[in-house]
Amino acid sequence: MTDTQAPPATGPDPAAPDPGAPESQEQIESQEQIEARQQPESREKMVDVFADDKGHTQAKTNPVGVEIARLADADDRVVALSADMSAVLADLRARHPERYFEFGIAETNTISAAAGMAAAGLRPYVLSMAPFGAIKCAEQLRTDVAYNHLPVRFVARLSGLAMGFFGTSHHAVEDVAIARTLTNLTVVAPADSNATIGLLRSTVDHEGPVFYRISEGTLPVYPEPPTFEYGKWVQVRPGTDLTIIGYGIGVGLALSAAETLAAEGIEAEVLDAVYLKPFDREALLAAAGRTGKLLTVEEHNEIGGLGSIVAEVLGRHRVPADLDTLALPDVDLEVGVPAALHAHYDLTPDGVARRARALVGA
Amino acid sequence: MTATVEKPDSETVELERGRPVDHAELARRADWIRLRTIDLIDQAGLGHYSSTFSCAEIFSVLYYHSLRLRPGQPDWADRDRFLLGKGHVATGLWPVYADLGYYPADWLETFGQIGSPLNDHPNMRLAPGVDFSSGSLGHNLSVGLGMSLAGRLTGRDYRTFVLTGDGEIQEGQVWEAIMAAGHYRLGGGLVAIVDANGFSGHGPTSDAINIESVADRFTAFGWQAVEVDGHDVAALCATFDALPPVGEGRPVCVVARTRKGKGLAMMEESPQSWHLGHLTPEQRDRARAEIEARMR
Repeated sequence: MTDTQAPPATGPDPAAPDPGAPESQEQIESQEQIEARQQPESREKMVDVFADDKGHTQAKTNPVGVEIARLADADDRVVALSADMSAVLADLRARHPERYFEFGIAETNTISAAAGMAAAGLRPYVLSMAPFGAIKCAEQLRTDVAYNHLPVRFVARLSGLAMGFFGTSHHAVEDVAIARTLTNLTVVAPADSNATIGLLRSTVDHEGPVFYRISEGTLPVYPEPPTFEYGKWVQVRPGTDLTIIGYGIGVGLALSAAETLAAEGIEAEVLDAVYLKPFDREALLAAAGRTGKLLTVEEHNEIGGLGSIVAEVLGRHRVPADLDTLALPDVDLEVGVPAALHAHYDLTPDGVARRARALVGA
Repeated sequence: MTATVEKPDSETVELERGRPVDHAELARRADWIRLRTIDLIDQAGLGHYSSTFSCAEIFSVLYYHSLRLRPGQPDWADRDRFLLGKGHVATGLWPVYADLGYYPADWLETFGQIGSPLNDHPNMRLAPGVDFSSGSLGHNLSVGLGMSLAGRLTGRDYRTFVLTGDGEIQEGQVWEAIMAAGHYRLGGGLVAIVDANGFSGHGPTSDAINIESVADRFTAFGWQAVEVDGHDVAALCATFDALPPVGEGRPVCVVARTRKGKGLAMMEESPQSWHLGHLTPEQRDRARAEIEARMR
């Protein structure tokens, strides 16, 4: 209502029937019906993404914490810094309490202090939530860590929409775009828990800084922790009709979609773009040559992520290819349980399969 | 300048903490830093005069008396660290590092040119002697905190000194670092020196946002703070000589009360005019004469 409109002459008549009210008792939901409507079986519910349940931490929910503790067992230089993420570091705290540094809710200080530790000869692993570590602290990451070539390991958990339940403040969908522009920074994104472990191991001796973009809720891709060659992608499924390239949750979605497509006679190659920087141009160009049809899948803004990089590389090399990019749109994103958000934005096996069919003209 | 301070001649020559040096010599050394700063800025065409002049005595005392160093071995693990939070005054350090033998004196001739290892703000990757890069205000106290924690973890007794501007402490990250350092009780392992010259780039610091009382604020965050005349070399020597042991108790904040543009009348009178600038040849010659007269 604007100022020019006259207020209603009278308020609602309390005696008049409410037009929205049910007319008869029969139309009122029972208590059971209300509960069923509020919590139907099919309804996605938020899981506790911060849980540190020892019962299933070992391989599933906390590969980062378990593996960092193992790395610390093997190398006295390994320390871990937490910006209020200490639950993840339970194993390290138990075995090497002196090498655990809590910095509280102070991300910028945490990252710059890690740079100081690295300059003094340590190998600091910084645990942070992706939106508050990578995005809030881009400048510390750039100026103190990356520009100085310091071996800080930046572990960004809860990336993408993993905390999508909490609000748009908790989305981390611009972090790859930011991280990939930072000179000297290696940017990797594990496709599942085993890949997380494999990446932490494979990069342990890298002399420069490494940014790990950790996804939650991934589908299984690797049966055991793989050894990743620096800067190289992994072909996780051969195929001849198109190439689906993903990272993080995108790899498992692509694999699942490829199964569906295979039943329809479409053979999709799936590449794990585990290294976003350095970018495996050779693998991309080879795939473009093999299938000529490329679909990227990522839990990231459509600007600046894998789809953008692929388009840049193809353009620079004047390689023609049919390209489609499945990513999050550059609009105000919805808030909700991650699985519901993924479904909303087509980041599902079915969503990937639909885009793949369109790309091959099926 | 005829320096009488000792110079290293090999990798292992060590400059110990609190080495004996005449206070008058340290004061002359500070003026020499001012002279050389004028020369370098003249060569480059632009520079931060008055902010450098306010900390010339601090540079002199640290590098010619207080810091434990091996200039022939810049990455020596047990050296004391010095971080230049207010990175815009690196010009004043370049002649010091050359004089101590971190790099050849002719590197100074490259200052201001593309490809020079000596930038207007220091880069640890390029210039030996620089313990950490700076330029973005507010970062280096955090970095120093990390270095100090690393020293304690590895059982080394080096000290980490961080020079911040008084305007720099308006940065929020500085207070994250102050809070954490107070929590970790690094004692004399972490020393923040606030160059309290009272001015930022565009005017009096506390006219923008009041920072006083600096000492009370640090103290409230778990530090011990001491106020000192930042141009009194004897007082600075005594302050650094009396630092508490490394790794125990409250870290130390030295609030160095200084004058922006100290040592040149025209800059003391109008400090913010000379935060960033370039002296004309006539001004330069008069400035050099004023400083040289004091050094004789």
